[in-house]
Amino acid sequence: MIESIVGGLNAGAKYIIPLLLVGIPMYAITVKKIKVYEVFVEGAKDGFTIAVRIIPYLVAILVAVGMFRASGALELLLNFLAPVLNFIGFPPENLPLALMRPLSGSGSLGLLTDLVNEHGADSLYAKIGATMFGSSETTFYVLAVYFGSVGITRSRHALVAGLTADAVGALSAVYICKLLIG
Amino acid sequence: MLNYIWFGMMAISVVAGIFTGRIDAVTEAAINMSKVAVEISIGLIGIMALWLGIMKIAEASGLIRIIARGLKPITIRLFPDVPADHPAIGSIVLNMSANMLGLGNAATPLGLKAMEELQELNPKKDTATNAMVMFLAINTSSVQLIIPATVVALMGAAASQIFITTILATLASTITAIVMVKLLEKMKRFSVESAS
Repeated sequence: MIESIVGGLNAGAKYIIPLLLVGIPMYAITVKKIKVYEVFVEGAKDGFTIAVRIIPYLVAILVAVGMFRASGALELLLNFLAPVLNFIGFPPENLPLALMRPLSGSGSLGLLTDLVNEHGADSLYAKIGATMFGSSETTFYVLAVYFGSVGITRSRHALVAGLTADAVGALSAVYICKLLIG
Repeated sequence: MLNYIWFGMMAISVVAGIFTGRIDAVTEAAINMSKVAVEISIGLIGIMALWLGIMKIAEASGLIRIIARGLKPITIRLFPDVPADHPAIGSIVLNMSANMLGLGNAATPLGLKAMEELQELNPKKDTATNAMVMFLAINTSSVQLIIPATVVALMGAAASQIFITTILATLASTITAIVMVKLLEKMKRFSVESAS
């Protein structure tokens, strides 16, 4: 049952982009008689300016994240947090991924790959890890790109809210997997 | 806020790097990541242009307005400061749909378009509005109905088992994000006037 839903969703997903690319201009040209080529080019012009505008923000965030990852600070934090984690039933194996997820997409995918290679895709660790990976986004990157694209430097409560949601997401991943699969 | 976190991450990195003997790696990461940041941004140009072009067609044909109107009951509660038929709402809805369907490539250009339209409503251009923070928080908490292809490839047969768990965990984090934003936006230290 679940397998067929997942299969169907993932099989259907590959048609969405081509359908949008054709469907939107088709509606515009047939129903509204819009000059689709001219309008497309007009809109596409902004692509360059927006992409270039992001650069300074992304450099700032990614450099800080990169330094943090390379420094081994994550491992130090892990040792520090281990007793607390044991107490709340959070597997230490899954902590690096939970901490990495908001910082780096490729980094957290690497850690998930490690979990699968080390414990097998059928292990609870891998399933918790995959749930964490799929249920959260790279908060720092999204913040830099989205706010950077319009020149926002004062982010107010965005980071606190985002990181709290990440923490709740990671904890939920652990308890939901333990409850439903473990 | 970001000032302290940004500086804090770099300061901790240097101290930890000296402590763990990986200070060379820290230097290398700083230089390397500055290059990566530019590569990512430049790499976005093509896909941005493609989706912004298609979005312009959707806007000109009135499709965005139709979508925005359809989801008015939800969006008016999440984004009370944005007029319900403002183009920003249409872009926000499309961005969320793209995220739900796991279309990351389309979601970013749509999201940036939404940010641009939200910025038009912003009286203080360097400070995020309530609507922007809400939009960002929903985005970072990721509302996904399709498991990323990379995860499916990695997990193999076990992928279908994590379908339900992923949706539930995502739901928990998204609800947390929405509640946190609504609670924090009223706090004085996060107000537009005293924001950092």
